[in-house]
Amino acid sequence: MSRLISYEVKDTPVHRLSGFTKLVFFILWCLVSGLTFDTRILIAMLILGLGIYVLAGIRWKQVSAVFAVIMFFMVLNLLGIFFFAPYQGCEIYGTRSEIVHLFGGYTLTREQLFYEFNVLIKYFTVIPAVFIFLVTTDPSELASSLNSVGVPYSISYSLEIALRYIPDIQDEFTRIKNAQEARGIEMSSKGRLMDRIRNTASIIFPLLFSTMERIDVVSNAMELRGFGKKPKRTWYSRKKLTSADMAVLTGIVIFFAVSMIITFHDGNRFYNPFIR
Amino acid sequence: MAERNSPIIEFENVSFKYRAQREPTLRDINLTINKGEKILIAGQSGSGKSTLAHCLNALIPCSYAGEMSGILRVDGNDPSKLGVFGMSKIVGTVLQDTDGQFIALTVAEDISFALENDCVPQDEMFATVKNVAERLELSDFLTNAPGELSGGQKQRVSLGGVLACDVKILLFDEPLANLDPATGKRTIALIDEIMKNDDLTVVIIEHRLEDVLYRDVDRVILMDGGRIVADKSPDELLCSDLLIRYGIREPLYIAALKAAGADLRSESHPQHIESMDLEPYKDRVRTWFHGMPAHNRGQASESALSVEGLEFSYNEKRKVIRDVSFDIKKGEMVSLVGKNGAGKSTLASLICGFLKPDKGVIRLSGQDISDLSVKERGEHIGYVMQSPNQMISKPMIMEEVGLGLAVRGVAQDEVERRAGEILKICGLYPFRNWPVSALSFGQKKRVSIASILIMNPDILILDEPTAGQDYMHYTEIMEFITDIRRRLPVTIIMITHDMHLMLEYTDRTLVLTDGQLLMDDTPARVLTDENICNRAYLKRTSLYDLSVRCGIDNAGEFAARFIDFEESRRGEAKDVQTDIL
Amino acid sequence: MKKIGIKEVVAMGIGTALFVVLTNVQIPIIIVPNTGMQPRMAVLAFFAAVFGPVVGGVVGFLGHALGDAIFYSSVWWSWVFPEAVVGAVIGIFAGKFAVKEGGFTNARNIILFNISQAVANAAAWIIVAPVLDILFYKEPVNKVFAQGAVAFLLNVVIIGILGTLLLVAYSRISGKSSDLKAEE
Repeated sequence: MSRLISYEVKDTPVHRLSGFTKLVFFILWCLVSGLTFDTRILIAMLILGLGIYVLAGIRWKQVSAVFAVIMFFMVLNLLGIFFFAPYQGCEIYGTRSEIVHLFGGYTLTREQLFYEFNVLIKYFTVIPAVFIFLVTTDPSELASSLNSVGVPYSISYSLEIALRYIPDIQDEFTRIKNAQEARGIEMSSKGRLMDRIRNTASIIFPLLFSTMERIDVVSNAMELRGFGKKPKRTWYSRKKLTSADMAVLTGIVIFFAVSMIITFHDGNRFYNPFIR
Repeated sequence: MAERNSPIIEFENVSFKYRAQREPTLRDINLTINKGEKILIAGQSGSGKSTLAHCLNALIPCSYAGEMSGILRVDGNDPSKLGVFGMSKIVGTVLQDTDGQFIALTVAEDISFALENDCVPQDEMFATVKNVAERLELSDFLTNAPGELSGGQKQRVSLGGVLACDVKILLFDEPLANLDPATGKRTIALIDEIMKNDDLTVVIIEHRLEDVLYRDVDRVILMDGGRIVADKSPDELLCSDLLIRYGIREPLYIAALKAAGADLRSESHPQHIESMDLEPYKDRVRTWFHGMPAHNRGQASESALSVEGLEFSYNEKRKVIRDVSFDIKKGEMVSLVGKNGAGKSTLASLICGFLKPDKGVIRLSGQDISDLSVKERGEHIGYVMQSPNQMISKPMIMEEVGLGLAVRGVAQDEVERRAGEILKICGLYPFRNWPVSALSFGQKKRVSIASILIMNPDILILDEPTAGQDYMHYTEIMEFITDIRRRLPVTIIMITHDMHLMLEYTDRTLVLTDGQLLMDDTPARVLTDENICNRAYLKRTSLYDLSVRCGIDNAGEFAARFIDFEESRRGEAKDVQTDIL
Repeated sequence: MKKIGIKEVVAMGIGTALFVVLTNVQIPIIIVPNTGMQPRMAVLAFFAAVFGPVVGGVVGFLGHALGDAIFYSSVWWSWVFPEAVVGAVIGIFAGKFAVKEGGFTNARNIILFNISQAVANAAAWIIVAPVLDILFYKEPVNKVFAQGAVAFLLNVVIIGILGTLLLVAYSRISGKSSDLKAEE
């Protein structure tokens, strides 16, 4: 199984920030990345993202594998866009500067290239945000941070439970899969589709069944320890906000506001280099 | 300082019936427990002991619906009025499943879980957690995740979680079920220490009597069929025949003394073998020992499974299996023991082909099997997981048992014929058309074993076949496995923590420590070797102490002869049963 | 809506964990490379049908976001929200299914479940996902609807077969059985 991206204990300025700050940063960052199509902002975000990588002490080796996988998906996606709508860029930017005729109804245009370039970097602005968020935020802080941004604590806590039990369930899944494989039930790609689904059911069912038992045990334990009786709860691992947190929070809010103004001031969220 | 000898728990004519059941589970319970007492509640599954515990923490009647009658007072309160949350501040419950009770991501967060729910300010939590962690020797692990802890450490975290709330009563629900013997012993010592320091009242629900009695217990409450059948001091109880009558295993040294014909008196204080007065019984024990036939070691036959120079590591840092070699003969029943993380499961995974060794050869009847896939090995080496629920994937018994053949493309009527045969051997034939859900745990275990046996394996590997089972179910499962061994030409390897199991049922024990094979000998010799026991986190059997204190030098032979004697007695009991039928 | 109980909180958490663990388990379809059927969708449908719309929605949302994040260091938000829609819509009928009480064994419930999952998947993959893709990425309309249609089909099939199998089996195991006689 592939290596999971997870928290690494380090002491960098990014690690020292509270989870709340990083969560707010992450949410606003994703919002900007989703809403804007302004190339200048997207490029600025890419550069900023790289800067934070360095600041958080992340090495290229850690990122390269996922980077390759995403690149592969992106290329497929970009080809898909071109295949389905070769002139999407022309529609968006309102001009048509042909570069070369390819085949049939497919002509490569500068507008299309520019549009697809924007889609590409738009996806890539999300990657550093997710990666840095995961690698520098203590998972213990995630639930309390979610609660701080207004998610009810019961739902926030379910995230803590999820993170707590992923390794256990992963381990159980492997053991069940092994034991079933020894019985001859494989999740291979051979055989008829229906058989493959049936075999998958034979492996997932025991896992699901024991997961349901686990739910009973854990909810009993939580009830015995007083979960959910009060309208609020406190958090052992919540970090207090420092001046650095305040600075980052202010910074990201301003960044968000400015990006939105730049993006939407002319009523069109695209940056258009084709009209002068 | 709480006043001793004043009642803290009082049951007056308490009965309880679960809504879904016809018969009450608790009948007319009258019981008083005083402040500062340490009480052991014993009884087999279904005796009502867990239900009794649930009354104390108010899970009954607040979470499990049913009818309750009678009066229950805990520290002057009525639990059903205070509710589960209210009671959690008086009674701290430590559950059997340490993984289920460890809810948070790190040790510190888990200790503070109840405080968080009670809205205690953060600074106060820091102080409490620090204090509790120091007392439980957890200070170095505060930021560790549960996956990085041993079973004993996880249990200490559970204990820390309830101690953080300043409770008055500690309630342990089968605290020893998932621990290796040495860790279990430490747990009992720790409970003792804490109750003395904090002036707590302790109630332990457990059927592993010998292990709990390692430290003084004030009273043992014996339950059966929802009633209290005995409420005695341990010394008195051990001298009676009540334990056997109600399906609880006697400590081995007690069973041996009784086998030798000793008439035990409570004045001899039989609770601890180390301090018991053995003078009145020594001669009898010696006479009995010399009168018993010498233990007969089975003859070596052909090799069934041999392992040579096996090495394995997950990463370059640490070898999990280091140069392990052994040779198991056809028809043997072998136990594989060692503390958690010693490499037992890894070794089993290597044999089954789930993992590939870095070095070394595994041979099946002399043939190197390194080229065989997991599925191909599965036809020769059957692997049965600890919980039947982890294996059962079909709702109907017949389907489940036949699955291994069906997926190998065997014709439907042939699958049914073979499944029928195996079900007969396993005593499940009358239930062949039942859904798996209608079976008891022990029967489900048999289904999971039957579904492996149908492939006619040469080797059967059982992972913790009796974990968490009381004496009666333990005996049921083990007698079943012994029976399988008699009827089929199969060699059995069991991974276990249970020293009784290795002593009573296996011919040979492989002891693993830190990935190395520490000893390969008869269980009687392993369990009477103090050095080995310490290194492998086993507990030396009390038969050793008994024989040494009675002046018998060859403790291993003493243990072996006693086990032979017990086995022949079980055999007789079985013959009588068959005669009646 | 009633208050979320402890069992629901735990189901959300552990359901999410299971969903994430199964992220990489796929049943490949030979025709289209890289698109497999996802057994985790059946698990999502299972949790929704057993525990209701809130649990279904949260497991879909958290599970997809977390799975994307820890496996690929990216979150495709336009596909995270539809996942929540699938869970929430299927969960609406949880009370009717009575899976834990052994009620999910009759044809009526199996049909109701499959209608609800088809509606849920249609809403998610043919409406929500394409709309979000257009909103966020201004992707071509024909492409996103084609993609949505494929996702819809694959998910309806896997939930229809695997989801139904799991629910029926679980319902049969957890419900009470009566009138069983030992046979000679």
